[in-house]
Amino acid sequence: MSNEMDRQWTTRLRHRVLKVLPPEKVMPDTQPTYVSSWIYVFGVTTVAALIVVIASGCLLALRGPLWWHTSSIGLFVNSLHLWSVEIFFFAMVIHLWGKYFMAAWRGGRALTWITGVVTFVVSIATAFTGYLSQTNFDAQWISTQAKDGINATGGGAYFNVLNTGQMLMWHIVLLPIAIIALVGLHVLLVRIKGVVPPFEEPAKVAVES
Amino acid sequence: MSLLRIGALLPLNTLGHYIHWHWIDISVANFIVICLMVVTFIVALFAPFPGRRRRKENK
Repeated sequence: MSNEMDRQWTTRLRHRVLKVLPPEKVMPDTQPTYVSSWIYVFGVTTVAALIVVIASGCLLALRGPLWWHTSSIGLFVNSLHLWSVEIFFFAMVIHLWGKYFMAAWRGGRALTWITGVVTFVVSIATAFTGYLSQTNFDAQWISTQAKDGINATGGGAYFNVLNTGQMLMWHIVLLPIAIIALVGLHVLLVRIKGVVPPFEEPAKVAVES
Repeated sequence: MSLLRIGALLPLNTLGHYIHWHWIDISVANFIVICLMVVTFIVALFAPFPGRRRRKENK
């Protein structure tokens, strides 16, 4: 009976997940002293700002363009969405600079670094499609300017910046899913691999298994 | 009312200001944000982190 249960895919998956992500690694009680750095505060600020971006974006999606263009509360939520994005990028860039100069990819942490960089690139695409989804003259102007650049790459047939519906779907469905997945993976990798030690502690650089 | 006062301080209904220097062409708003990021980064490197000394002593 026990052997039969061990063969079940759910049992095998649970064992595998617990091996890679033991609870004490996912939610650790302590961290090394070198984690006491403002650079990580900016990483957490990025995640906090992302939560506000998504929450305010959900409110905008619930009520629609007429609401965010004309009512006071709609304008406020629209501004909240914009300014949380500003803080998101501000904090993410400082976190990225800090991790670049720490060479945070050392000791088998390349995927942690790569997921961070890809999140940054996907976030830029999300912000650009957000500019195109404002439903105002600014969005029209930006889309007519952007179309030449996109068409020059040959991508205009698949990614038409003049198609407001397509840009809106990219902005509120596809790209946010990608960002949430990437940020989730990035944080999990930080937990699995640990935070990169300073240069003066080379013995600790390798990932503890 | 307070929003109108802020609007009076920072006129937002005008053309944007740009900095031109050789091939560099950047809006003043973006330039200010980049400067703020550089300043914040430098402060983040050198500002003491609260409780770090205490944790080291405990260790």
